[in-house]
Amino acid sequence: MRPVSYSRVRDVATAIATVTADAGAAYLAGGTTKVDMLRIYAEASQRLVDINDLPIDHIEVQPDGALRIGAMARMNDVAMAPLVMERFPVISEALVLGASAQLRNMASMGGNMLQRTRCTYFRDAEASCNKREPGSGCDALTGVNRGHAVLGTSKHCIATHPSDVAVALTALDAVIHVQNTGGHHAYPIDDFFLLPGGTPQREHPLNHGDLITAIEVPALPVGRNSLYLKVRDRESYEFALASAACALRLENGVVAEVRLALGGVATKPWRARRAERALLGQPATRESFARAAAEEMSDAVARPMNEFKIELAQRTMVRALETLAARGDVS
Amino acid sequence: MSTAIGRPVDRVDGLAKITGAGRYSAEIALPGLVHAVLVTSRIPSGRIGHLDTYDAERAEGVLAVLHHLNLPKGGSVPALLPSLFGAAASGQTFFPMQDEVIHYAGQPLAVVVADTLDRAEHAARLVHITYEHTPAITTIEQGRDRAYEAEKIFAGFIPGRITRGDAAAGLAEAAETVDLSYHLAANHHNPIECSATTAVWEGDRLTLYDSTQGPNATLHTVAELLNIMPSHIRVVTGYVGGSFGCKAMIWAHPALSALAARAVHRPVRLALSREQMFSGCGHREEQEMRIVLGADRDGRLTAIRHHKLSPTSHFDDWAEPSLSVASSMYACDNYEGVYRLIKANTMTPTFTRCPGEAAGMFVMETALDELAERLDLDPLEIRLRNYAETEPGTGNPWSSKGLRECYQRGAELARWSERDPRPGRERDGNWLLGWGMASSAYPVTPPGGPQRARARIFADGSAVVQSSFADFGTGSATVMTQVAADGLGLPLERVRVQYGDTDLPNTAAAVGSAGAGMVSAAVHVATTALRDQLIAQAVADERSPLHGADPGQITVTEGRMHLRERPDTGESYAELLQRANMTDAEALGTWNPPSMMGTGYGTMTFGAQFAQVAVDPELGLCRVRRLIGVFDPGRVLNRKTAHSQLMGGMLWGMSQALLEGTVMDPAGRWSNASLGEYLVPVNADAPDVLIETVETTDTVVNPLGVKGIGEVSMVGTAAAIANAIWHATGRRHHRLPITIESVL
Repeated sequence: MRPVSYSRVRDVATAIATVTADAGAAYLAGGTTKVDMLRIYAEASQRLVDINDLPIDHIEVQPDGALRIGAMARMNDVAMAPLVMERFPVISEALVLGASAQLRNMASMGGNMLQRTRCTYFRDAEASCNKREPGSGCDALTGVNRGHAVLGTSKHCIATHPSDVAVALTALDAVIHVQNTGGHHAYPIDDFFLLPGGTPQREHPLNHGDLITAIEVPALPVGRNSLYLKVRDRESYEFALASAACALRLENGVVAEVRLALGGVATKPWRARRAERALLGQPATRESFARAAAEEMSDAVARPMNEFKIELAQRTMVRALETLAARGDVS
Repeated sequence: MSTAIGRPVDRVDGLAKITGAGRYSAEIALPGLVHAVLVTSRIPSGRIGHLDTYDAERAEGVLAVLHHLNLPKGGSVPALLPSLFGAAASGQTFFPMQDEVIHYAGQPLAVVVADTLDRAEHAARLVHITYEHTPAITTIEQGRDRAYEAEKIFAGFIPGRITRGDAAAGLAEAAETVDLSYHLAANHHNPIECSATTAVWEGDRLTLYDSTQGPNATLHTVAELLNIMPSHIRVVTGYVGGSFGCKAMIWAHPALSALAARAVHRPVRLALSREQMFSGCGHREEQEMRIVLGADRDGRLTAIRHHKLSPTSHFDDWAEPSLSVASSMYACDNYEGVYRLIKANTMTPTFTRCPGEAAGMFVMETALDELAERLDLDPLEIRLRNYAETEPGTGNPWSSKGLRECYQRGAELARWSERDPRPGRERDGNWLLGWGMASSAYPVTPPGGPQRARARIFADGSAVVQSSFADFGTGSATVMTQVAADGLGLPLERVRVQYGDTDLPNTAAAVGSAGAGMVSAAVHVATTALRDQLIAQAVADERSPLHGADPGQITVTEGRMHLRERPDTGESYAELLQRANMTDAEALGTWNPPSMMGTGYGTMTFGAQFAQVAVDPELGLCRVRRLIGVFDPGRVLNRKTAHSQLMGGMLWGMSQALLEGTVMDPAGRWSNASLGEYLVPVNADAPDVLIETVETTDTVVNPLGVKGIGEVSMVGTAAAIANAIWHATGRRHHRLPITIESVL
């Protein structure tokens, strides 16, 4: 790998000041993606500022009932936190179904929000990739694109967003808290992840030196009846071909409240708002679920190798909704 | 008298492996060691336009950049000969970095040597290469119109067309036929340890620490490539982290490490990266097969026509022998097998776990299932009706065959007769359940020359047994300790086996499931020779209680020679040696195997497999719930390691069925060259696996009657799973792997 320098910081202000002052610097959290990116020359940081000592790893409930997850909380610690398992099983399940136990012990929640796509052309430093090297083209369009996105794509990029937990957080309207030398900013999660459009290199609104400090999940009673369904070739240690984060409340057999987001099929964690709208007030039947799922995917654009994802995503949504509906009217 | 053989003894090297104390070839610590990294071709076909080493040579820590313009020329590339022969065994008849022509993506174009691995990897990125592209063929689809019937395949050992009887006539008289076309994805081995060699020169003597299945194959291949005397090379193979065939033949990296070490006058380690493992040591080729089966009303086969089409390299007519075992599985007088090849821009394919057997038997065993369905016959019944009592083609008797017992026991364990044979009848929530079965078989092939071991006993009654074989994770060091202990009549803890070093007595590479049979033969011959020598010495020694006894009446227990009938009459090895003022005694044992060209017997390991699958047709998921395998491996040397190997093989088969496939990018290079993208099963995928063996005595194959279990259990697993998917869903699958999109 390229030569890099390394330093370790103990407080947030120093971390931000250090990285902001050096255009070649980057934060090093769990390192489970960052170090890979450097080794395969998909990123070019010259200096790593290790933030593992920062005191921003708490998982706690706020006075208003919101869940606040420190950016340096490890994936596994969040997944196993009793209050997360109880109030937001969808978060816990999405985490447990992601990566491997070893990676989850290391990887941070803030880092998870910034993990890079698994697109093989992005990761192949010599392939054409508009995300890695704007303007160079996109080999994925004509390449092996079974795993690529069918929603939110552009002619410049069809790379799938890889995160599972970001899908759950998107369904729950989480807020990403960010600090920089100018102060504090809060981004609704759906605004945090950007569509590729003509600028696939811009995946989020952060500027150099911005540090994610926390993720906040608003109090949401329906979160207790939620799940994460992940469809993939093997049982573990693989990214989703399609996944659904779903929370559902029924009243007298009618959908009273629903949250639905998709993973594995879109260029960002995909809030299925069209499906949600189509479901509200409808009877909790397979037919209305299928109609809503079809509505969500009606604008999907497939490539030859990933056409099945349009159907698979619908079936995944239907299964998630059916499973939650079968648990009865829980609120 | 056998006491150690067969026992479920723990691995002798288990603790060293688990604790990290065992050193693998890329972990050998040597003073002054430096690191070599390969620079490989991005394109599949063309020429190097310009190779610019300016930046690389000036990068920190760089000692040398070798390429076709400055690589010292050596000897010649040996013929492609399977390493089971024990001679040079080049994986392909091409050695890189001799000119500017590019034959395949991943072809080594330069070697960068630097003082640390990170610096060598960085400098490798600084070698700037421009290419002149020429059109490439890398898939069957691209080369279909250029296919040709091979004269011979598989290093010239197998004709491209094999016939017996008259297949056309047999099909014409058939009451029922199936005619099916299949596509099987290319596969890569993916052992957890990537291939690596550490090379050290002392004057004109070369030591290679090489991760291989055949240390002697490395020795002879490198000797020819570098044109140096075999006597000046020593190959040491300590711990090996798996192979699955990618370390069965010898590829470019051992010789390149030696050339690099000579160039920089330092010990050099060359370890392939995971990505380079996809283009540095062969693969199982993509293949299409078409099979036509004809049968009479009773399900007896009247004809088999089995054709294969696959890409090979520009250098060699290689195809894995996908038709071989399938052609010998069932009694059928009329057979036609044809191998067709396409010259493609890939490296030469190679042995990959169950080379040929797994692919060909998937086709045969799923096609037979479809034939059974058409004839309304039970899948097990159609196999019994075509049971081959003698070897098809030759009519030779089998050296041993317990297949009927395997079918019977497997069917009992699976409660086969209790299932509803109609498809799609059993459901568990969202899952459709189904059962399927298939036959397993794998040839028993003798090595190409004598196999040797040396046994040495010390005056305290402890012994060391030496042989050059490698233990690449199969447990051979452990089972050889057991064989040696029984041969000498010593307790296990008094025997040490030394192995993995070409300075020790010669063995061929442990490949083709032949390792246990051939090495155990050598160890058995050596240790019983030493035992007999000591018994003879006792009988001749006037001071021995055994003086004058009939050697045939003497046996050895726990290091003590005694009369079989009167155990109190005898003495220990230690007493005999000490009295004679001998510090040790030793014997060399040589086993001369039967001819590779035929023993007059059909020699195969057989088995029967049953699988239960659960299919979620809505989400396209297929999960294996249960695998049952019953095999007839002849003598089992260690029940524990045997069970592990058989279970591992069945999981390979599951992996073949549902997960594994290397996909060619339109740019002509493998698109999923990583363990993240090339899927192998994880623990969560592993089903409940039940394994039994049936007793078979084989006096033909080798002295201990070991038929080999390294690969047989992979054969048939994928077919049993595919047949079970049909039983669950009513749908047949003719492509491997069977993926979510094909099940949806």
